[in-house]
Amino acid sequence: MDRREFLGRCTRAGLSVTAAGALGIGLYDGKPPEAFSDTTASVKIPDFSIAEMKGRICIARGTDRSATVRQAFEALGGMKAFVKPGERVLLKVNAAFASPPALGATSHPDLVASVVRLCIDAGASRVTVTDNPINDPASCFALTGIGAAVRQAGADVVIPRASLFQRFTVDKGRLIRDWPVLFDPLARADRIIGLAPVKDHHRSGASMTLKNWYGLLGGRRNIFHQDIHTVIQELAMMIRPTVVVLDGTTSMMTNGPTGGSLSDLKPTGTLVVSTDPVAADAAGATLLDKRPDDLPFIAKAQDAGAGIADYRSLDLKEIQFG
Amino acid sequence: MRIITTRRISQIFFFLLFLWFCVASTLGEQWWQLRGWPVNWLIQLDPLVGLGTLLATGTLYAGLLWGLLTVVLTLLLGRFFCGWLCPFGALHQAVGWLANRGRKAKVMIAVNRYHRGQGVKYAILVFLLGAAAGDLISRLLRIPFDAPVTVAGIVILLLMLCAIATRLGKRSGKRWMTGVAFIAIGSMVLGLFADGSRLLAASLQTGLLDPIPLFYRSVNLTLLPLVDGQLISLAPSSRIYPGIFAMGAFFWTAVFLNLIIPRFYCRFVCPLGALFGVLGKNALYRVGQKAEGCTVCGDCDHHCEGGCEPSSVIHTDECVLCMNCLDSCRHEVMGYRLQPSAAGEISAPDISKREFVAALTSGIVAVPLARLAGGTGETWNPTVIRPPGALPEVEFLQRCIKCGQCMRVCPTNVIHPAGLQAGIEGIWTPALNFRMGTSGCQRGCIACGNLCPTAAIRPIALDERLGIGDFELQGPIRIGMAFVDRGRCLPWAMGRPCIVCQENCPVSPKAIFTREEFRPVRIGGQLHIRSMDGNRLTIDGPVLPSGQFSTGDYYISINGGSDMPPARITEAGTNTITLEGSAFVEPAATEGRIDLLVRLQLPFVDPTRCIGCGVCEHECPVKTRRAIRVTAENETRERRHQLVL
Repeated sequence: MDRREFLGRCTRAGLSVTAAGALGIGLYDGKPPEAFSDTTASVKIPDFSIAEMKGRICIARGTDRSATVRQAFEALGGMKAFVKPGERVLLKVNAAFASPPALGATSHPDLVASVVRLCIDAGASRVTVTDNPINDPASCFALTGIGAAVRQAGADVVIPRASLFQRFTVDKGRLIRDWPVLFDPLARADRIIGLAPVKDHHRSGASMTLKNWYGLLGGRRNIFHQDIHTVIQELAMMIRPTVVVLDGTTSMMTNGPTGGSLSDLKPTGTLVVSTDPVAADAAGATLLDKRPDDLPFIAKAQDAGAGIADYRSLDLKEIQFG
Repeated sequence: MRIITTRRISQIFFFLLFLWFCVASTLGEQWWQLRGWPVNWLIQLDPLVGLGTLLATGTLYAGLLWGLLTVVLTLLLGRFFCGWLCPFGALHQAVGWLANRGRKAKVMIAVNRYHRGQGVKYAILVFLLGAAAGDLISRLLRIPFDAPVTVAGIVILLLMLCAIATRLGKRSGKRWMTGVAFIAIGSMVLGLFADGSRLLAASLQTGLLDPIPLFYRSVNLTLLPLVDGQLISLAPSSRIYPGIFAMGAFFWTAVFLNLIIPRFYCRFVCPLGALFGVLGKNALYRVGQKAEGCTVCGDCDHHCEGGCEPSSVIHTDECVLCMNCLDSCRHEVMGYRLQPSAAGEISAPDISKREFVAALTSGIVAVPLARLAGGTGETWNPTVIRPPGALPEVEFLQRCIKCGQCMRVCPTNVIHPAGLQAGIEGIWTPALNFRMGTSGCQRGCIACGNLCPTAAIRPIALDERLGIGDFELQGPIRIGMAFVDRGRCLPWAMGRPCIVCQENCPVSPKAIFTREEFRPVRIGGQLHIRSMDGNRLTIDGPVLPSGQFSTGDYYISINGGSDMPPARITEAGTNTITLEGSAFVEPAATEGRIDLLVRLQLPFVDPTRCIGCGVCEHECPVKTRRAIRVTAENETRERRHQLVL
């Protein structure tokens, strides 16, 4: 070995030792990793309600959803009272199942499209429609007819995907803690309108506007069925909507919430538009031949301050159409 | 334009067409999704699919007639499919070119020399066709040999054969006669003494190695899910396929073997290439040398894709018509002509008689051997749930080519390639797994059967699936039945309300129904009434955890419930209980004993309603081993699997 080669080898060895040492020491971490990383602290869902519109409810009787919903909004001061020009509106529909609109398991496309048009006419800059369904999401929006109807009316459909969810904790909540919520569409909206059909629901008694927020949850949400009334209460605490539309034009009386047969439906000719979802559900309960008392989640949501169950004590308008 | 430029354009065209078909096999409403695009066309052009199903079933199903076109063209032109059309071949050629660019000409000439191992693919082909032919052979054996007409016919046939044979020359004529006599006597003995239907069965396994189904499933199932969502979004949620690893490893092995020998798969393994080799051995046009001018420079061997040695005696059956030799020959000796090569040709596939017989016999015997496990009969695996419209298992295995189109198109991603659970024959056949995917097998969906190129899953109409209209009498298609596991179910086993399964059951009336039960709650002691104020009770006994019993699901009964129905708790403090407004508590019940009850709805399955769609299993909150699970029990595709009257 000559000196030149020796020096060369020393340099290469020295550089390698330095590099290995620098990497090892630079990346050294004396602490074990945390069990969980709680990322919910920064995630807040705003209050979408409008203070001066509090406690307004209109119960409209009619069979034509488009016309009835227009009249009902008219009775409450028009969509302009809820949506200001330039605002972005999110419609949370019920698209839970991949079944055709005739079976009434999901929001009716005519109704959703009409509300989209009302929002656009009121000057909304963007209308988005979303839900995290139970069945395959793409199939749900396609087969329910909601996807095509609202796109034609000028709204966008947001099909949930993992990146749109954020972990969220309901303030004072017991169940919805560090839980994935379909947050992205909420964060991009100034107003939120809930649209739900009136349906029988074996576990909770009924699925209406409050239960409809379940479709914003992600993850292993079915475990909440163990305490369904409390989770609906917490959903009512989580979302303070601008207004809700409860569609009882037909009501699913049996075999809910999936239905599957026309014989599960009954024409009940009623549509409720309300800024108070608790009042809307209390009014809807009667369509299913139930008392609000039969549905513990109504009292619980009222206790949480989400609304008033005694809808007759509110600013109630009743209209008859057609 | 140079001929190899034309060839490259053709290869790129068909490769892109193939990729386009993979992308377009998406269910949806966009123009680029399934809109009658002929996404199965390349499978249909593959004559091995047609031949395999023809041998196994006796008929050539619908679009598989396209294979005839390929056969005719191959008979006239040689293995054009391999060099010009096959997308898998194009991939191999591209990878082989990339990987071997830097290697010396001398090395490549050696690598591209004909290898004895190239005969293996013929043995593979014969084995696979043998496995598919069992049923056909069985049918031939079932000829009633005792009928006078048949005997007369056989005698006449034998005499004719002998006459022909004797004319062929004395020596070979004798061997012919012996052979024919052997077969005739052997089959008579078998036909008389053995039950052919039990001994012989057909199993279509060509798809394991057939390059077109192989490439379809590899790209659709192992590659697309990895890149989906980047450029375009094919599926809203990322797709999973349990058991996919072996499939991917197989594909990448085939691809990387090009680093050793270009087109390794095509030369040594591909049964479709072997079929084309047999068909094309007498092709009208063939690649070869003209009479004079060859200097044996080796340029033609340097770039030869088929390993067919154009520089000397060319193996015509190995030539994939890449035309590289025509392009690289500086002396314009190589051509694609009607005349045979001046340097001589070997056109017969390199498989000896004994190899042929060994491969054929093992193919024929392998299937009954696999069937001895009983998987298509007594010991059928109930966890293998086939898609709606799937044929009975035996017929299913005669048609399924494992192309994965059903798994690709399934909108909910519940169909996956089976491992060994469906038996050795069932590898990579479609099976449903309800734990995966977005939501069970959608009741309103018939996509898989309508895409299946071989009708292993029949193209059913929605009416047939739902059992409505013309199908009212036969009822809906059931792919299995759900069973409640009472040891894991929240209400049954743990006294916790749930019934997510009932809620999601899509059938009307629901196949899952509930019965109400008020079950005592474990609170560690006995509660008694201390005092009463309207609906508000003050109680003695163990301290109740605050809030836990105010959920609306808890009730009390007093003195064993003999006096009044259970009353719902609206508010429960540590030693107070408020009951629902309308609940009536008799004054006499003061001092009474209180039982704290939880109201449970216990799920039951109505076997006459359940269609096995698996939505319940998918939604069950017990996420690991579900508390309600579907098995293939009571499926309608096999009458023998009927459970309920």
